[in-house]
Amino acid sequence: MNKSKIVHILLFVLGCALSLFYLSPMFILVNNSFKSLKEIYLNVLALPSKMGFVNYTTALEKLNYTESFMNSLAITVAAVILLIVISSMAAWVMVRYKTKTSTMLFMFFTSALLIPFQCVMLPLVRFMDKLSFMNRPGLVFMYIGFGGSMSLLLFHGFIKNIPEELDEAASIDGARPFQIYSMIILPLLKPIAVTVAILNTMWIWNDFLLPSLMINKPGWQTLPLKTYLFFGQFSKRWDLATAGLIMVILPVIIFYLICQKHIVKSITDGAIK
Amino acid sequence: MKKSKLTFWLFVLPLLIPFLMVVIWPAVNGIYYSLTDWNGIGKDANFIGLSNYVKILTSDAGFFSAFRFTAIFSAVCIVIINLMGFCLALLVTQKLKGVTFMRGAFFVPNLIGGVLLGFIWQFIFIQGFEAIGKLTGISGFSGWLSDTKTASIGLVIVVVWQLSGYMMLIYVAQLQSIPQSLTEAAQIDGASALRRLMSITLPLMRPAFTIGIFLTLSHTFKLYDQNLTLTDGDPYGSTEMLALNIYNTAFDFDRFGEAQAKAVIFLIIVVIISSIQLYFGKKKEVEM
Repeated sequence: MNKSKIVHILLFVLGCALSLFYLSPMFILVNNSFKSLKEIYLNVLALPSKMGFVNYTTALEKLNYTESFMNSLAITVAAVILLIVISSMAAWVMVRYKTKTSTMLFMFFTSALLIPFQCVMLPLVRFMDKLSFMNRPGLVFMYIGFGGSMSLLLFHGFIKNIPEELDEAASIDGARPFQIYSMIILPLLKPIAVTVAILNTMWIWNDFLLPSLMINKPGWQTLPLKTYLFFGQFSKRWDLATAGLIMVILPVIIFYLICQKHIVKSITDGAIK
Repeated sequence: MKKSKLTFWLFVLPLLIPFLMVVIWPAVNGIYYSLTDWNGIGKDANFIGLSNYVKILTSDAGFFSAFRFTAIFSAVCIVIINLMGFCLALLVTQKLKGVTFMRGAFFVPNLIGGVLLGFIWQFIFIQGFEAIGKLTGISGFSGWLSDTKTASIGLVIVVVWQLSGYMMLIYVAQLQSIPQSLTEAAQIDGASALRRLMSITLPLMRPAFTIGIFLTLSHTFKLYDQNLTLTDGDPYGSTEMLALNIYNTAFDFDRFGEAQAKAVIFLIIVVIISSIQLYFGKKKEVEM
């Protein structure tokens, strides 16, 4: 009895120590974001001599924070909403139509999950350039193409467990296919739609390579892209860099705190697929 | 419901069109471009047969060293990340105070994008480690990213920091699916904690380990962002991974055809790895 209590305390101490260790890069970052560059070079581990937000205001300005944030937000939200609607529509008919075409098409979508981005990257840039798709709506279009397979797979697995009798009952009552989808099926998809939304949000919000290839107009840059360019511009300005990094990480931390439960569920759901 | 073909296509096309345009058409095109001397995004490409492949496989030392580094890096990461993930999962499934906070602390790095991860750790390795070195007098802490060995260790640290919490979540889900009655029964029979772990928990965790190992592999093998922003392949290209090598071949040297051939080789490797995964996944199911 006594021995298990000691083990319990030891595990608790270990857990706390490890958590602090995992968070230590953040602490160091926050700590230095209040210092002047000179102070940072002097000693990274020391506390700031005075609290000031100069680094933050400068970093926000250099990052064009509001603009980059809004670009990221608009692209992510648009792509995620469209992905949910479009891929759940496709998944629904692919589950309900038990034809050869339907099965083949589903396999076609899912096997494409294997293709690494590097494999399509160069021809894609050329093709999108020709179509004048190298802009924000174009990016949304591309995210639908790249995210479609995974979203389809998740919706497909979920819709399989919705009894077809529901569709048929509505059909007898005179509902047309789109009405059945939008009024009967779509409301039932909420749990899996949350998973699809979170997985795609985490991916699109953080994606760097695609915007870096497609966006060459300053006003259209997303947050990860802008951060990358900001670092290139101020490579040794750690005072601005630390403050900038904190500001870019902040939305993600807030997102986690708000959607903690859903995120954990989505991650495990997505992994099993 | 009357199942008309028209309805089917009307529902499928909105997804199929972007998919064909963004994934399939460029992929098919990519195979063609890998057989050409394509040397600029907007430029014409002439068919040159398998020359690119021959060149890569016979005289491209950079590609081979990138491949070797990627393979070793992935292997090391798989072991450390899954071991860490499993231990963290065991820890946070204990009845301890503050486990929710601990889970959050371990998992949050996973939400941060790769580009930021690289920059955060650049600061820690360059400035933070320097300070620790000064404080402790150990010279090994300075110049962490300018030494071949420590730079690769640095990359491992970043990815472990990012992915171990992710694996933790997957293992927590599996641990929680193990019926408590099993472990309790063993406890009543006098099995020690270690014994219960070895004989009950670990065997039941096998499917999750397969998932965890291949998820880690697919993350580390295709790693790009962290590689770019932490080391950018430096020092002397020693930490350049496959994805970065492909990118640089195209955009630094304007050898698009050659980069595309590398990408096709990359695809073949990924397909082989995935087939192995599928084989193992199936085999496990039969055994269970």
